[in-house]
Amino acid sequence: MAKVLVFIDNPGAALKKSSLELLTIARSLGETVAAVNGELHDDAASTLAAYGAQALYRPSATDLDDYLVGPKAAFLAAAAAAAGAGVVLAENSAEGKEIAARLGIRLGAGVITDVVAVDPDGTAHKSVLAGSYTSAAKAVTPVSVLTVKPNSITPEPAVTGTAPESITVQVPDVTAAAARVTARTDKPASGRPDLSEARIVVAGGRGVDGNFGPLEELADALGAAIGASRAATDAGWIGHDAQIGQTGKTVAPQLYISAGISGAIQQKAGMQTAKVIVAVNKDAESPVFEIADFGIVGDLFQVLPQATAEIKKRRG
Amino acid sequence: MEETLKIIVLVKHVPDAQFDRHLTGEANTVDRSESILSELDEYALEAALQLTEARGGEAAGNKVIALSMGPAGAVNAVKKSLQIGATEGVHLSDEALAGSDAAATSLALAAAIRHLGADVPADLILTGMASTDGETSLVPAQLAERLGLPQVTFAASLELDAGKLTARRDGDTHADTIEATLPAVVSVTDQINDPRYPNFKGIMAAKKKTITTLSLADIGVDAAQVGQSGSWTAVETAEARPPRTAGTIITDEGDAGIQLVEFLAAQKLL
Repeated sequence: MAKVLVFIDNPGAALKKSSLELLTIARSLGETVAAVNGELHDDAASTLAAYGAQALYRPSATDLDDYLVGPKAAFLAAAAAAAGAGVVLAENSAEGKEIAARLGIRLGAGVITDVVAVDPDGTAHKSVLAGSYTSAAKAVTPVSVLTVKPNSITPEPAVTGTAPESITVQVPDVTAAAARVTARTDKPASGRPDLSEARIVVAGGRGVDGNFGPLEELADALGAAIGASRAATDAGWIGHDAQIGQTGKTVAPQLYISAGISGAIQQKAGMQTAKVIVAVNKDAESPVFEIADFGIVGDLFQVLPQATAEIKKRRG
Repeated sequence: MEETLKIIVLVKHVPDAQFDRHLTGEANTVDRSESILSELDEYALEAALQLTEARGGEAAGNKVIALSMGPAGAVNAVKKSLQIGATEGVHLSDEALAGSDAAATSLALAAAIRHLGADVPADLILTGMASTDGETSLVPAQLAERLGLPQVTFAASLELDAGKLTARRDGDTHADTIEATLPAVVSVTDQINDPRYPNFKGIMAAKKKTITTLSLADIGVDAAQVGQSGSWTAVETAEARPPRTAGTIITDEGDAGIQLVEFLAAQKLL
């Protein structure tokens, strides 16, 4: 069976859900090994064992995070060669896709992004043209590189855990031709789930008129992330990183609650693969109502607080 | 005055995202009949113009070359770029390129960029943050890897000084300052500037500017290295997703918030 290499970048104290999903998919394709950059804590290491990693490839260099993608791609290429991997799986974040892109050139491997499912023969399924088509694609090269979207599969530990051996991989020095991070400012954490990975998203547009308060209260009652349309981010009511749509993020949550967003095609592009769409808008003619499973023509400043209060009441 | 710059801006002719877009043919490629200059590429072009104008513009010897790869219609993206202010246009066009994936596209573009830099290498290769059609965002990174250059993607600001670039990036959890030596491949976001529109003077001036058409033979690429034969991935099937249909729409009569919660409870989403 082909070896499948999962890239786990900075696992932190505990593996992210998206990493667990990659490991679960990897086991359905072949013998699973992992390339791990950054500090590996005991908890993360035991999770890797529980999820069936047979070996852990670690970089000889500890400064990969100081550079943009190039050196990480070089590490991953060396790890893939050392493991003899036939498939490499990585996160579908912007950085994950760029690492995959450079890795693909290094390995002469076809790269497929935005994957939502992988067949045992390596065929990858994804949606294209902003969710208006679904397609199946396959790398025609000996090695394939796939970046998989979060929430694609339910993570499951292996039936039998492993005791993976740790193997150090020599990272070729490509830092001279790499962009370097010279300063980093952390943004305050919101305490809410990551927008790309959240199960529920509450998003606001022009209709929130600068006040995201009612959306935040509903989001916190539901354990949701906050998103926004371009109109709201351009107005400066919320950070650009919350933008959903053609020039922002694409989300595919279980539930998407759209408030005060008309739902022009650029916005739709970022959310129309959500499982359930709820829309609240004053204007009955808003295009968002054409795709909403449940639509409310009404004032979001009345409807959302009432819904938040009702959720709290039901939960006692 | 500072050193002069030679900037290549990659521009793409894409189906207008305002309308429904389709896949056609056996290979499931994008229908490009209703296409425009990608909106996101206008930010890259504007960034190039601002950088060169700060150094005396075309009169001082700075160059902004708009390069587009694609079928005959792609020349329109080059023409529009010239109207906006690019100093010259290059259209890489060859029937063999049809159906190229990111790997094959980046191979052809890398060869074209080397060809255009044969006398004086480009200082900077600029792109938009994504193409609005392929949406894979792979090409800038693959191009950088093929050219052996640093890449800085999603730049929200960009400054050049003494053979070095400084850019700012806004991530989800942190903001970064990035430095790289030139030449480099840089993609810019839609936050970096407000792109200008072509004015009458620009439209008239564009008529006198040169558009060079390059074939694969001109850039030393074999037809088998590109197109479907040179691609490393193949699309096996593609199906139009059934359009979403409207569900229940109610008008708030004072209890819509409660009805909303009942809907969520019925869908087991609470």
